[in-house]
Amino acid sequence: MKRIALLGMPNTGKSTLFNRITGASARVGNWPGVTVDLLAAKLLIAGQMAEIVDLPGIYDLHGYSDDEKLVRHFLETQPIDLLLIAVNAMQLERQLILAMQLASLGKASVIAVNMIDEARHAGLGIDTERLSAGLNLPVVAISAKYGQGQAELMAAVAAKLPQAALPSGKMAAEAASRLAEDDSFEVRSAELVAAAVDVPHLLPERFSDRLDRVLMHNVFGLPLFFIAMFFVFAGVFWLGAPIQDVLKNAFDWFGEALLKPLLAPLPELLRGFLIDGLYGGISTVAAFVPVVVLFFFFMAVVEDSGYLSRAAYLMDALMARLGLDGRSFVMLLMGFGCNVPALMGTRVMRSRALRLLSMLIIPFSLCSARLQVFIFIIAALFSPHAAPWVLMSLYLMSFATAFGTALIFGRGKAFRSEEPFVIELPPYRFPTLRQVWMRGWLEVRHFLLRATKIIVAGVVLVWLLTHLPVGVEAASADSYAGYLGRWMQPILSPLGIDEKLTIALIFGFVAKEVVIGALAVIYGLEGSALTEHIAGSLSLIQAYSFMLFCLIYTPCLSTIATLKAESRSLKFAALAVAWPLALAWCASFVFYQVALRLTGQ
Amino acid sequence: MIFIRRRVMNYALTQLSPGQGACIAALHAAEALQHRLAALGFRIGKRITMVRRAAFDGPLHVRIDQTDIIIRRVDAACVELRPATDTHSSVAAS
Ligand SMILES: Nc1nc2c(ncn2[C@@H]2O[C@H](COP(=O)(O)OP(=O)(O)OP(=O)(O)O)[C@@H](O)[C@H]2O)c(=O)[nH]1
Ligand SMILES: [Mg+2]
Repeated sequence: MKRIALLGMPNTGKSTLFNRITGASARVGNWPGVTVDLLAAKLLIAGQMAEIVDLPGIYDLHGYSDDEKLVRHFLETQPIDLLLIAVNAMQLERQLILAMQLASLGKASVIAVNMIDEARHAGLGIDTERLSAGLNLPVVAISAKYGQGQAELMAAVAAKLPQAALPSGKMAAEAASRLAEDDSFEVRSAELVAAAVDVPHLLPERFSDRLDRVLMHNVFGLPLFFIAMFFVFAGVFWLGAPIQDVLKNAFDWFGEALLKPLLAPLPELLRGFLIDGLYGGISTVAAFVPVVVLFFFFMAVVEDSGYLSRAAYLMDALMARLGLDGRSFVMLLMGFGCNVPALMGTRVMRSRALRLLSMLIIPFSLCSARLQVFIFIIAALFSPHAAPWVLMSLYLMSFATAFGTALIFGRGKAFRSEEPFVIELPPYRFPTLRQVWMRGWLEVRHFLLRATKIIVAGVVLVWLLTHLPVGVEAASADSYAGYLGRWMQPILSPLGIDEKLTIALIFGFVAKEVVIGALAVIYGLEGSALTEHIAGSLSLIQAYSFMLFCLIYTPCLSTIATLKAESRSLKFAALAVAWPLALAWCASFVFYQVALRLTGQ
Repeated sequence: MIFIRRRVMNYALTQLSPGQGACIAALHAAEALQHRLAALGFRIGKRITMVRRAAFDGPLHVRIDQTDIIIRRVDAACVELRPATDTHSSVAAS
């Protein structure tokens, strides 16, 4: 089988191209450094099976950050038949230098001049034949996003592929050392671009420039950021809560009208397990799927708009004082989706200290799983009017705990860094419907995957704990769950968290979705009955204290595993678990006790 | 990063004000940063424009050809500029 490697600078559209030609669903975003791991897919090219590998973007072959090392390691150790090199049509002069370096490694190479749609829009004329002659390589102008030039590109790849039939040698080490000489490439690239690219005398003012004058404004920039953030989350809440409500009732009805009569002949314990345990737990969680999908639609738009780089610009001054940089803040924002890819996204940082400090704060980012818990509780207890503000306050708490943590630990020797901060600012882009849809669908799939394993296991365990030993009243003080809850009470009752909520928190350690499922099982209620019961049994202060704890303590097992894998340090992973736990306790304690006193209870 | 003023006319990138352009005369960065800057288009003789400067001593937004770059002031201090030779009007906004 042939192997094709997709290479190029960050943010040139490699993953978009990869998705287009293989039908895969690699993550795409208008931010340099979205892909930080290898992703392979198989494809039939001219009757021959080939494997295409999407790689992280690289600026040159000298880098030593983890994502760059990964690419170099791949190039040096894996047999590769063809390099498919993506360059940004708007930035040919600097990007062709890397393309030439890569082509000089001695592999068959094809150059894809991507984003040709943007270049045409700006009035750039690119003579690919001239480029091709000058480089002595096939050069095809394409738009990975809209599909232009795809057929030509695949034809060029198909034509080149058999030539690579020489025993697929691994890249020689001396070839890598030749890379130092990029000065000659620089001159050649400038000459080539001068000859083959027709730049209009006066470039039209870009839409991005006009928008940036507002969004990157020294005074309005940051307030606009927070206002936009508020509307995104309020939007998710306003649109999502009613959908969740409908679904909840539908599941309710299905359980009452169909499942209960159907399972009536079964023995009571088994019936209880199936209906109140499995069905109740899972359907309560499943009712949140539309909210999560909706949220990821928003995330896809934000990530693809290019706004993240603006956020990095706006926040860097503050982040610098915390020992971090603008990229750390962007990873916090990406963590709103899921903490795991955000943790991996720190691979682009070269300094280990900076990377570790960023990884220490990312788990405070309020991820979509926690969002479900909060929407559930907020919708049950707070007025529709107050709800978005309560949600926003949790997001702000998420920033506050992250920044506070950086402030405390940033002084430590292990976390002090002096990494330069130089990043690209891509133009604003708008995702296609397909891109947005794909992102939502990806999350559903991800959710179903988790649901079938962790959530089911969690719900089953909670049911067993609340119903055993046989004969006890469900979730009563005599059940195992009751024991467990009581045993933890000295620690958690000063936070206003009772035995039942304690059980939910313990299982939330595994994954936050389990919290809602666990509540359904513990109370033995689903749907609106559960919401009403919670509204009746919890005070607002208790609820907020519970949410604070939920927000701050360890996000989930996958996050812990990622922390350990990415840091390759057990000590660091232990700190990243212990510190949030301690902080969660302190924050909830202070909040609960102060709020109690203030309200005179 | 210490920047050595070699010619009277030359100045650091940090001194450029929004809307102004100049030519890159030299890069005085450590190796790793030097490579990154080169890959982003910071090459001797290239024209560079300041687009905007962030508040609170935040980063600078500069433009080289069609590439927009955000760079911290400490890192920008190692980019030495000389006045632009041509009177090409800058495309920069601000
Ligand atoms: N206008 C336009 N935008 C494109 C095109 N191809 C990709 N994009 C956009 O460019 C941005 C970057 O795309 P990605 O596919 O994530 O780029 P990448 O090279 O994989 O980036 P890294 O993984 O960070 O190295 C996204 O916002 C894409 O939607 C194109 O042909 N035209
Ligand atoms: Mg990618």
